[in-house]
Amino acid sequence: MMCQECGKKPATLHFTKIVNGEKTEFHICESCAREKGELIPGTSGGFSIHNLLSGLLDFEPSQSQSAAKVHKLRCDNCGLTYSQFSKLGRFGCSQCYESFSERLDPLFKRVHGNIVHTGKVPKRSGSIIQHKREIDRLKREMMSSIEREEFEKAAELRDQIKELERKMSAK
Amino acid sequence: MIPKRFTEQALTEWMKGEGPESDIVISSRVRIARNLRDYPYPMLATNQQSREVLDKLSAVMQHEDLKEISHFTLIPLADMNELQKMVLVEKHLISPNLANESRNGAVILSDNESVSIMVNEEDHLRIQCLYPGFQIKEAWDLANQVDDVFEKKLEYGFDERRGYLTSCPTNVGTGIRASVMMHLPGLVLSQQISRILTAVTQVGLAVRGIYGEGSEALGNLFQISNQITLGQSEEEIIDNLYGVAKQIIEHERAARQKLVQEWKMRIVDRVNRSLGILSHAAIMDSKEAAQRLSDVRLGIDLNIIRGVSPYVLNELMVMTQPGFLQQIAGEKLSPDERDIRRAQLIRERFAASQHA
Repeated sequence: MMCQECGKKPATLHFTKIVNGEKTEFHICESCAREKGELIPGTSGGFSIHNLLSGLLDFEPSQSQSAAKVHKLRCDNCGLTYSQFSKLGRFGCSQCYESFSERLDPLFKRVHGNIVHTGKVPKRSGSIIQHKREIDRLKREMMSSIEREEFEKAAELRDQIKELERKMSAK
Repeated sequence: MIPKRFTEQALTEWMKGEGPESDIVISSRVRIARNLRDYPYPMLATNQQSREVLDKLSAVMQHEDLKEISHFTLIPLADMNELQKMVLVEKHLISPNLANESRNGAVILSDNESVSIMVNEEDHLRIQCLYPGFQIKEAWDLANQVDDVFEKKLEYGFDERRGYLTSCPTNVGTGIRASVMMHLPGLVLSQQISRILTAVTQVGLAVRGIYGEGSEALGNLFQISNQITLGQSEEEIIDNLYGVAKQIIEHERAARQKLVQEWKMRIVDRVNRSLGILSHAAIMDSKEAAQRLSDVRLGIDLNIIRGVSPYVLNELMVMTQPGFLQQIAGEKLSPDERDIRRAQLIRERFAASQHA
């Protein structure tokens, strides 16, 4: 089968598009596929997840005045602007998460349905986070001890909390 | 010097056709994305910066804990020619993105190729574990272990609220992408596939064809993976994928059983016809090869075809890709030449396998 576009080279890529249940097929050679920007498996180009994301990022409901301001947001560390981020669909460095932080909740909500990480924590930076989680737990326990008038128990817990807080500030 | 087995042998751990449920699940893969806190991501990094990232990551290879997992080999992408890169892509050991676009990119491979660590791809570090059959939990355990070793030596970009920070917002949190590659001819032939795939996408998983796009997957191979990386723990993500894949396996088994009961002669005819064509054809394009190989595999799983090992099919699936064909030939081939070589290779493998 020859390429449907140029009619000169053999067609090596076979596409089936289904749009609203309507099926169309076309058969083209590699160079025509590149020109048309169709996705060639195993190469870059064509429609990617990043194109899709930029659609989500540009979504600015009824905030047209502040939109200009938002697009001027810039990451101090790597220099990426919010407007570049929304075009590329990718962050430039770890600091970007901080720099664009106010804009990210709605994005993560849309992509993941969630905004807070609950999985694995690196052990080295994790010890602080684990201490924080532990302190929260101890404080809740202390409050319920006080409600039950178990003051000795509450005092023990208070000392544990102090000890943990001391460890954390030492870091 | 690149060890020849990586770029010349098709044989790799995930193709051995072993492992649980290997009649339906070809392979299980877990990939985790990590970044160094103090460097811009590869997209923005300067040559100097990405060089430093590569140095820092390759230094971890000397760590005793990593050596305990396996011996590893680092291969800079710059040391490979186009064909060698293509072969690693076809073996699923590196991504097309790393092969074509990375600066100071490299891959760190374990001896049996179950672990491949990509450096300076979209993220600084992508740890991938690939196992044969249905072993998604085992793949996660191994990836997690490798991650722990790197974490001991490096300061990752991590945020208490957002988790592991990644270049693409779709990976943030756990940075994990878990997937299983499934062969589902029963569901395709009985036309249940689109109903099931629609259901799968409704529980936060994505489906795509392998070596093809959309619902018409080439060779009836489908990859099912998680989409959500933030707000679920790694275990929840793996368990969810495991549970859904388990159900698809059951549906596929039931569909195959029904086909044999109701359409016995048609199935026998179909798989043997494909075996005959593959054993004798002189020209074979990749689309037809994928479909015929799928038929033969189904024939083996249903005990209609005997004497061809499923391993040969996994191997051929990879070896009949353009990069591999050209690597074997030792030269660039036109599409027509590839179709002839492909047919020849399949004929030889089948003949050898049946006489063995």
